[in-house]
Amino acid sequence: MRKKRMINKFTLYISLVILTFIFLFPLVWMLVSSLKNEFQIFRDMQSLQAFLPPAPADVEGGYFHNYVAAFQRVDLLRYIVNSLIYTIGIIIFGLIVNSMAGYALARFRFPLAGFWLGVIIATLIIPPESIFLPLYVLVYDLGWVNTYTGLIVPFIANAFAIFLFRQFFLDFPKELEEAAKIDGCSQIGIFFRIIVPLSKPVFATVAIVLFINHWNDFLWPLVVASDESMRTIQIGLQYFMNEPPIKWGQVMAALTVATIPMLLIFAFLQRYYVQGLTHTGSKN
Amino acid sequence: MKGNDSSAEKLENERHFHQTAKKPQLKPTPPPRKKRKLKSQAFREAMTGYFFLAPALVLLGVFLLYPMGAAFYYSFTDFYILTPDDVSFIGLENFKYIVEDAQFRQAFWNTVYFSVIVVPVQLSVALGLALLINKKLRFRVFFRTAFFSPVVMSLVVVSILWTFMYNPNEGLINQLLQTVGIPPQPFLTSPDQAMNSIIVMSVWQGAGFQMMIFLAGLQNIPNHLYEAADIDGASSWQKFWHITLPGLRNIALFIFITISIAAFKLLVQPMIMTQGGPLGTTKSLVYHIYETGFNYRDVGYASAMAVVFTVIVLVITIIQRVLIKEERG
Repeated sequence: MRKKRMINKFTLYISLVILTFIFLFPLVWMLVSSLKNEFQIFRDMQSLQAFLPPAPADVEGGYFHNYVAAFQRVDLLRYIVNSLIYTIGIIIFGLIVNSMAGYALARFRFPLAGFWLGVIIATLIIPPESIFLPLYVLVYDLGWVNTYTGLIVPFIANAFAIFLFRQFFLDFPKELEEAAKIDGCSQIGIFFRIIVPLSKPVFATVAIVLFINHWNDFLWPLVVASDESMRTIQIGLQYFMNEPPIKWGQVMAALTVATIPMLLIFAFLQRYYVQGLTHTGSKN
Repeated sequence: MKGNDSSAEKLENERHFHQTAKKPQLKPTPPPRKKRKLKSQAFREAMTGYFFLAPALVLLGVFLLYPMGAAFYYSFTDFYILTPDDVSFIGLENFKYIVEDAQFRQAFWNTVYFSVIVVPVQLSVALGLALLINKKLRFRVFFRTAFFSPVVMSLVVVSILWTFMYNPNEGLINQLLQTVGIPPQPFLTSPDQAMNSIIVMSVWQGAGFQMMIFLAGLQNIPNHLYEAADIDGASSWQKFWHITLPGLRNIALFIFITISIAAFKLLVQPMIMTQGGPLGTTKSLVYHIYETGFNYRDVGYASAMAVVFTVIVLVITIIQRVLIKEERG
């Protein structure tokens, strides 16, 4: 009996280790290869060396020579700044607009409130892929092609975020707001001075979900930001893959750069993200 | 219904009667103040409500509902991007052409193939991973983080990375296969393997995400159910079949639908890794729509395909809703 349990445990851990290898090796290979030169990358691929950082003796021109070269070859910095403006713009305006809408649907009684809630939830079904052409025509007519406005404005309102905010505000105790009302605080004042500061978790969750979605966005930036100076990082990455000479080390460096913000988010803010995830999972 | 109506009418008549009968006796009084105050309060609440809601409604209307309607309208026209002033209504021509379009048919079946494989495989992998680490384990957090790690990379990053790993001559995977004695595979350059290679990568990238949702679901299953089953001497298989699976049903359905819809939107992987090739074997529906709209600028026809695509997604969603409702009922 005991022996059997030992064997079970052993197979469990062995399979866990194999799975870990399968799930982790591309990421490790990317990080490690970004520190090597071309010769080392191809030589190391013959063995498990492929997953180890270069030996200190092998390093010429510093660990980060691929990064320096990548930034010199293409205006990566500009792409990163564009991506940050795009995502942070959507986050800032999105938090304001969607939290207000969620609050309205959770707290106020007004005609058609139920109807609008239904409409907002129904828009969740519309696949963004099916509207990007007419959306492009619209943004083109507005003169917003190759502008931050054109990138950001169409994606500020977000039905999913509105829904998350509404659920949160529904559970929010009413007493505080009533007390503030008696003290003569206006509705807008109540919302921005009392509700918002006490709702940090939901704001953090929505901000992170928005960041992850839009940092990784591909289709819309590809379509609207055709000008090189407006490219986001996800679009700019393709340069390293398509324009010869193709240097594997530089590719890996550029891919790593594009991943770092996400790594930071998951390393430090995972709690909020998982909260958001479980919320979406259990709500359905 | 009718009976109700007539009784309501009767009530109304009675009230009229009473009012008209009583009226002469009453002194003229000012309108009830309290009610008026209430009404203005309700009005103010409605105004505030709309003040809070309006920005989101306007934005959703302009940038989501309007384009949706426009796509529908364009789908009956011959809208060509370079001649926006010369648009004429051509009825169902675009939809007729969809039926004849061999490229559309190929893209459609490619997308179906991708979805039909990815959905069950990814769902089972995610569930399997969640079950594996939903125990008291050493390094549990490490394993969980490892399985989740592909999620931190964007689809673009993952697609580029795997293109290099799949490289027929120098790619990492072929090098690893060679050390075990397997000859190099063409992966992305062979019509037989390209879509399957994309499927493997997609499952690898997405499963960790759904694993997290499953883990949350597993933690919501009350522990006393398992304790009771232990007392009754249930085997671990019985516990899985009668407690774990039913407890995860709704979450599994939710994940099922999320993956199905995401799978049907396949675009980034073939666009970056194969450009739809070889021989169109990885061209997806959304990719075909994109090319028609932006490379060939045929907005009318692309919109017609987008409408068909939306209908397919809607049908998937509705089937899921029905399934979940049956579950509850």
